[in-house]
Amino acid sequence: MVDFGGWDMPVQYPAGTIEEHLRTRTHAGLFDVSHMGEVDVRGADAIAFVNRLTSNDVTKLVDGQAHYTALTTPQGTVIDDLLVYRLAADHLLLVVNAGTTEKDWEWIKSAHAGESVELKNVSSDYCQLALQGPDAVAILQKLTGVPLSDIKYYHFTTGTVDGIDSIVSRTGYTGEDGFEVYAAPQHAEKLWSKILDAGNFGSAEGVVPCGLAARNTLRLEAGMALYGHEIDETTTLFEANLGWICKLDKGDFIGREPLAQQKAEGVKRKLVGFEVTDRGIARDDQDVLVDEERVGKVTSGSPAPYLKKNIGFAYVPVEYANVGQEISIDVRGRLVCAQVVKTPFYKRAK
Amino acid sequence: MANVPEDLHYSKDHEWVRVEGDQAIIGITDYAQNSLGDVVYVELPKTGEQFAGNEPFGSVESVKAVSEVFTPIAGSVAMINESLADEPEKVNSDPYGQGWMIQLRMSNPGEVDSLLTAAEYEDFTKAESE
Repeated sequence: MVDFGGWDMPVQYPAGTIEEHLRTRTHAGLFDVSHMGEVDVRGADAIAFVNRLTSNDVTKLVDGQAHYTALTTPQGTVIDDLLVYRLAADHLLLVVNAGTTEKDWEWIKSAHAGESVELKNVSSDYCQLALQGPDAVAILQKLTGVPLSDIKYYHFTTGTVDGIDSIVSRTGYTGEDGFEVYAAPQHAEKLWSKILDAGNFGSAEGVVPCGLAARNTLRLEAGMALYGHEIDETTTLFEANLGWICKLDKGDFIGREPLAQQKAEGVKRKLVGFEVTDRGIARDDQDVLVDEERVGKVTSGSPAPYLKKNIGFAYVPVEYANVGQEISIDVRGRLVCAQVVKTPFYKRAK
Repeated sequence: MANVPEDLHYSKDHEWVRVEGDQAIIGITDYAQNSLGDVVYVELPKTGEQFAGNEPFGSVESVKAVSEVFTPIAGSVAMINESLADEPEKVNSDPYGQGWMIQLRMSNPGEVDSLLTAAEYEDFTKAESE
């Protein structure tokens, strides 16, 4: 167990990180992600309010749809990345990172400027379980009458799972198909064990419970950013290759002006994916060198259990950000060769 | 319960030492491999390197973390387990056998007497995990 934003979280379950990772890619993995924060936004101006605080275009969402977006500072850097769920035209649910929940909540309240909305930090009202992997639909379908195959990616529905009122969302943080199930926290244990049972936990091809370490390696292989690593209040969306959630033409939002300027001028540094070509594993915060000059830092570095490579993300000046660029990484005093590669590192077959 | 063979010497950094004449074979214990999780990379010294004792001779990496490995005794590296380069998982599956790491020619063979016995090491790990 480790302390994770105030939550006691398992780094791994008995299967171990590699098996948890592989099973999620080939069958299914179950993650307790109840630590995530939730903010409820209700009222006539819910969409306008969240649209002013975040970079993606909330007006494009329909009921039952969600999107990935960011809370931005006036400088265009990232307060947090989050999902916005549209439950109704006057009701949104923001799902934010655990370690930033309090900061986000204070920011959201302070940014409120007379819009007709009611804001509530409802983080303690939800547990969240993520069932991810190619077998996720079949497993979860055993527990619900909701026709899961009809839910499109980044859409959700409300219904019951094993009789428990839930939000069932076709989203995830692993690069696999799967669902995130939100329910009242007193049902967490029952839901957890019911999903494990439905997924034949204990058999060779059954679901396995997965810890924080597998959650990290899965998202990294899938090329997804982790707050505090690839993005934070010192990085902008364009630097982090998140221009696709930055809708400059949607109208004004906090941080829009510096972001528009950066887009026009171009970024000076960029987040790149790399693959280690020598023996060795790059780790977070290690220096990146080009021609013996220290030019950047690794934001996340790890073995990639499914790809069986050692990969990572790093910020480098744009002139070194092209695919194929040779870089080296200072692994505790030893220079290890690596190459800039395309991301995502892993993409599942459709 | 972790496996702690009777005939080995142990360090508080969770290495084991098997004495064969003036040679010492060193690896990490079952308890250590179990706390580390799946070992994915092992970095070892070159043969001929000298160690004064209680210094790191290499590192063991799991998916999540890097840990240094220490030699509890002084000596020069006579052999390394080269097979760990391609099969680091041997450290998990057979920590006292095929997962051995280095063989030292001991500078002072009497030094092993200062290490923990199996019973002492077992008590030590019990206290540590409480």
